[in-house]
Amino acid sequence: MNSFGWPEFFFILRSAGWTLLLTAVAFLIGGALGAALAIMRLSANRVLSGFASGYILTIQSIPVLMVLFMSYYGLSLFGIRLPAFFAASLSLSIYVSAYLAEIWRGSIESVPFQQWEASSSLALTKGQQYRYVILPQAVRIALPPTVGFLVQLVKNTSIVSVVGFVELSRAGALVNQATFLPFQVFSVVAAIYFVICFPLSRLSRHLEKVMNVGRSH
Amino acid sequence: MNRFKFEAVWAEFDTILAGVGLTIVLSISAIILGSILAILLSALRRIGGRWVGILIDAYVELMRNTPFLIQLFMVFFGLPLIGIRMSGDMAALLAMTLNLGAYASEIIRAGVDSVHKSQLEAGESLALTRMQVFRYVILKPAIARVWPALTSQFVLMMLASSICSFIAVRELSGVAAIVEQDTFRSFEVYIIVTLIYLVLALSLKTFLLWLGKRIFPNLSGLARIEAKGGAV
Amino acid sequence: MSAVLIENVHKSFGDLEVLKGVSLSVEAGQVVAIIGRSGSGKSTLLRCVNGLEAIQSGRISVAGHAMSQDAKALRELRKDVGIVFQSYNLFPHITVGENIMLAPRIAKGLDPADVKKRATLVLEQVGLLEKFDAYPDNLSGGQQQRVAIARSLAMQPKVMLFDEVTSALDPELTGEVLTVMENLAKDGMTMLLVTHEMSFARKVADITVFMHQGKIWEHGPSQSLFTNPQTQELKAFLGASLH
Repeated sequence: MNSFGWPEFFFILRSAGWTLLLTAVAFLIGGALGAALAIMRLSANRVLSGFASGYILTIQSIPVLMVLFMSYYGLSLFGIRLPAFFAASLSLSIYVSAYLAEIWRGSIESVPFQQWEASSSLALTKGQQYRYVILPQAVRIALPPTVGFLVQLVKNTSIVSVVGFVELSRAGALVNQATFLPFQVFSVVAAIYFVICFPLSRLSRHLEKVMNVGRSH
Repeated sequence: MNRFKFEAVWAEFDTILAGVGLTIVLSISAIILGSILAILLSALRRIGGRWVGILIDAYVELMRNTPFLIQLFMVFFGLPLIGIRMSGDMAALLAMTLNLGAYASEIIRAGVDSVHKSQLEAGESLALTRMQVFRYVILKPAIARVWPALTSQFVLMMLASSICSFIAVRELSGVAAIVEQDTFRSFEVYIIVTLIYLVLALSLKTFLLWLGKRIFPNLSGLARIEAKGGAV
Repeated sequence: MSAVLIENVHKSFGDLEVLKGVSLSVEAGQVVAIIGRSGSGKSTLLRCVNGLEAIQSGRISVAGHAMSQDAKALRELRKDVGIVFQSYNLFPHITVGENIMLAPRIAKGLDPADVKKRATLVLEQVGLLEKFDAYPDNLSGGQQQRVAIARSLAMQPKVMLFDEVTSALDPELTGEVLTVMENLAKDGMTMLLVTHEMSFARKVADITVFMHQGKIWEHGPSQSLFTNPQTQELKAFLGASLH
């Protein structure tokens, strides 16, 4: 039985780096997918919007753990066995895409309909309306919930420890197994998560306040 | 399609059913206990002083900025060391309650804050105590207004119960791992379990929305506060 | 040829018929006021003229364009027909100047230097040149509405539609907007305005149209319509408006 010393601490800290990397990769890939899904969801094409709807509803109605397993075992059906990091990134990206698609669609729909009327009355095409009038406003609206969701993503990276990937939570579990000092170990782990997440949470709330002030004429 | 062998999984159906049962029991219990905790915290906020508010804020921020998995580990591995022995199931319930209580108290707080000041003034002018004003004038409209957001949070908690499999609790995900080990049919097991979760989540959501209409019949008069991309 | 020709237009929202056979002709340079109770169909009629609402039957032609719901044709029509809304609907994320310059630049594809010149001109016309770089948020309601008028004017429309443009303003702010509108009328703009400002209609509009239950109930030269209402309904409406 080890004691909880500096080597153990740095092991945990290094694993936090993997947590951050996973978060970044999942956010970028999931974000790109999510944007595409949001557009599909808003399109007049019934097939596209139906598919996007179904995809989003499904992902949002199952645990992240299941998204992980389904993508992991689904891929292995085709004989593809990805290394843990890539499997984890892929699953998390799928999870992110559904939630961001919903947030971003909601943001676009939050832009008041009068903005659509005013811009179409000025003879703008639909593409021009999106580019110059609707999307700039939607992005502002989307910022607080997107940052808020980033916090959820960081926390949900803890799930991937189940496929053996050593990110922050798994590192904590391993050190706990070695030292039997759960209070100390998990306090450190929790503190690291807190240090990452709390500023993001505050940022999200701050952005929301700024936005609400800007809106009240 | 002949590569799949669902029969092996069907053979273990009673195991899976037991897992579903535990998931439902854990979730409903956590929802009830977590809601009670949330309401207690809201009441404490109102009647307590500044320090009570700060303590509750700290608790909420702690729950919201750390993963549920770590909270679970803390309860399961940590509590025995200070003499509190509990089974995996009890630890799971405790962690779920503490987590949900924090989120629900924030949601209810938004609802409480949205009740117009004039309502409070009317209540106090009728010689009601602060506690009575809270209970009869504030709480019910507040919860009515945030019911959709609460519903989303409850469903999220049910889905998060899957994380309890990490401490060998035999809820649906835990049971899935067991069946997978027994049958070696990973994909079949997990697609069935995924579908079950889907059904559970949609059913719970539908049930809660129906319940909301029963408990708060005149909701249309009140403005609704929508859930903002839920969280656990 | 009329600037605006509305022939036997019917419009329903689902099962509710809101326009029940409306016909109206507006000559170039004329100012026509449309008055009536809420629900009489006046705003709907106005919004049909620039295609924001689609009609079920009848014909509309504006500034030489035949009304259709074809997106391209509609855009061409809207280059010649401007509309000012009750809630101004300025774009909050860009400055006043950018609001005015946006459509001429990207919808009409005009040269940016010319567009800026024109923007300066129309902003001066409505008396707000100093606000060129301000954001809509920092302007009063009356100022925002005048910017909205300038934004439409920048497109050099042949016809301007005004949908209850002073109804959302505090009383002391309506004057500045009405003055701008009166000057436009004097300069010969063809204007169609839905309004509650009876004295303004009487003074500035050549023709006033009274709508009731989805039909044109009375219409005629403003002066005589207000002093000599023929129908019971208009008499009641004008009587009520006095209070």
